[in-house]
Amino acid sequence: MQRFEFLGRFARNRGALVGACLILVVALMAVFASVFFPTDPLRIVGLPELWPGEDPEFPLGTDSLGRDILSMIVHGARATLLIGLFASAVATIIGVGVGAVAGYFGGWVDEVAMRAAELFQTIPNLIFVLTIVVILGSTLTNIVIAIGIVSWTPIARMTRAEFLSLRDREFVQACRSMGMSDFRIIVSEILPNALPPVIVLSSLVVAGAILFESAVSFLGLGDPNVASWGRLVGDGRQLIRSSWYICAIPGIAIMITVLCLNLVGDGLNDALNPKLRDR
Amino acid sequence: MAGELASPTPALRGSARRTAALRLLRRRLIQAVPLMLGVVVINFCLIQMAPGSFLELMTAENQVSDPATVELLRKTYGLEDPVWMQLLKYIWALLHFDFGFSYRQNMPVIQAIWIHLPATILLMVSSITLAVTIGVAAGVVASMKVRTFWDSLVSIAAMFFYAAPSFWLGIMMIVLFSVKLGWLPVGGMMKIGGSGGVLDILHHLILPTLALGLFYAAIYTRVMRSSMLEVAQLDFVRTARAKGLSRNQVTIHHVLRNALLPVVTILGVQMGTVLAGSVVIESVFSWPGVGSLLFDSVSSRNYPVVLGIMVLGSLVVIAANIAVDLVYMWLDPRIEIR
Repeated sequence: MQRFEFLGRFARNRGALVGACLILVVALMAVFASVFFPTDPLRIVGLPELWPGEDPEFPLGTDSLGRDILSMIVHGARATLLIGLFASAVATIIGVGVGAVAGYFGGWVDEVAMRAAELFQTIPNLIFVLTIVVILGSTLTNIVIAIGIVSWTPIARMTRAEFLSLRDREFVQACRSMGMSDFRIIVSEILPNALPPVIVLSSLVVAGAILFESAVSFLGLGDPNVASWGRLVGDGRQLIRSSWYICAIPGIAIMITVLCLNLVGDGLNDALNPKLRDR
Repeated sequence: MAGELASPTPALRGSARRTAALRLLRRRLIQAVPLMLGVVVINFCLIQMAPGSFLELMTAENQVSDPATVELLRKTYGLEDPVWMQLLKYIWALLHFDFGFSYRQNMPVIQAIWIHLPATILLMVSSITLAVTIGVAAGVVASMKVRTFWDSLVSIAAMFFYAAPSFWLGIMMIVLFSVKLGWLPVGGMMKIGGSGGVLDILHHLILPTLALGLFYAAIYTRVMRSSMLEVAQLDFVRTARAKGLSRNQVTIHHVLRNALLPVVTILGVQMGTVLAGSVVIESVFSWPGVGSLLFDSVSSRNYPVVLGIMVLGSLVVIAANIAVDLVYMWLDPRIEIR
């Protein structure tokens, strides 16, 4: 019953609904990329620098080498979304872990955890990501881990705040008096109650992670085997005088995806906190 | 972090406020020491994880193969010591403002950074100024005309600039304003061969500032709008209206000042992000700042410079956060910051 109410509140937010639908489209694109475009997207298939609409075979045109831009965008969706999701997962795992322990135990544990969070907020984030990627190598895994490492602090703060407010409630005290272990109380009693606002934040971290990844790839430090959208913008940069659409199209794809993720995040937030909806 | 409400103490005045500010400053400076130490240790360890020492790269690049020379270099750079010893030596050197030597620029690291610093500071300051000005103005307009055409327009614009990658926005603005219209230069900081007059630099500064600043303007707009709406519902605002003050007077003197607090907070938190964002923007616009230096050093694995930029960048962020705390205290005297 409560779940339906939640869905209803989410669906009433038009922006969030449109965002969710578009995200679904992008996700389907990513999943079925090889069905729509079975050939390697990085293969040369036509004349170079065909403008969008110039040749019906290539609705979004071709790049400087004659590769199909639509095919590259559809295949790039997979890389971009996966990196965003996994980086957000890494950030959420670190953030929830640190925040839960800090909020539950308090005292010096809390102090150390919050100083660590402050430390990671102090180091300029993108510079840190670039350095990690350069030192450990430009592979997908390293990029995902690097983005996760710079994105966990807000999640840790949020989780900590939730744990602080929940740890002395009656149900937790009851568990404690029953002799339940701290670990079990944290994982099976408090965490499920603390999770909803954390999930909202994680969805926003996906958007941030996509922007991070696109910047890394744009600078030419991304995984050379992966054609993410950021890299497509970077590749097209040399040709902005003659064929600026090569840059414009992948950028629009990034913008729409990030925009929709933000809309969904806002919608989830409003649906979870109905009191704040009319801000 | 800024703005943790300790207790609603009555407003401090005059000298009491000054001592409170000094006490805050002292506490913040003491807290900054372990923070800085952490920054140095983390980054130092990170760089130790790099495959191959930078000495190998350096000798390869300069085609040094004589084993005696390599050995001499190894000694000069202290690479014979165990890692913890190198770390301690590095920290000791940092305390004397010695960031090491950059073989690529053939000058001390601190000097290499110093040369590039003014351009980056200029870009950061102009972008933040633009972001705060636009953000506050747009947020105020949207909140005063809430649920009208103007409110929607501001919100939609903010959503778009919040989602657009800054480097892409920069390229698109180059296409429009430089390539198509020819109004503004494509990149660089001054005309080639120019002496760098103020007007020339300003002319080159417009596009990078917009590309970097509009993202933050979008954030401040959203924060300012919701903050204005929140403050406007508080009791003291109703009291001010009941005293007979006009709506505009109340908005400017009562609501605006209090609504600024969250903007100031995130401004401090985001200082590091702005610095990092300028790396990308400097690359798009060939802006000769620290970002270009970093990009060059990262690509050539010139780690002393990378480490130096990280340490100095973090120092800037900490300083900015302390400044923000002081501004916060000045804006809201009720708040005693922990």
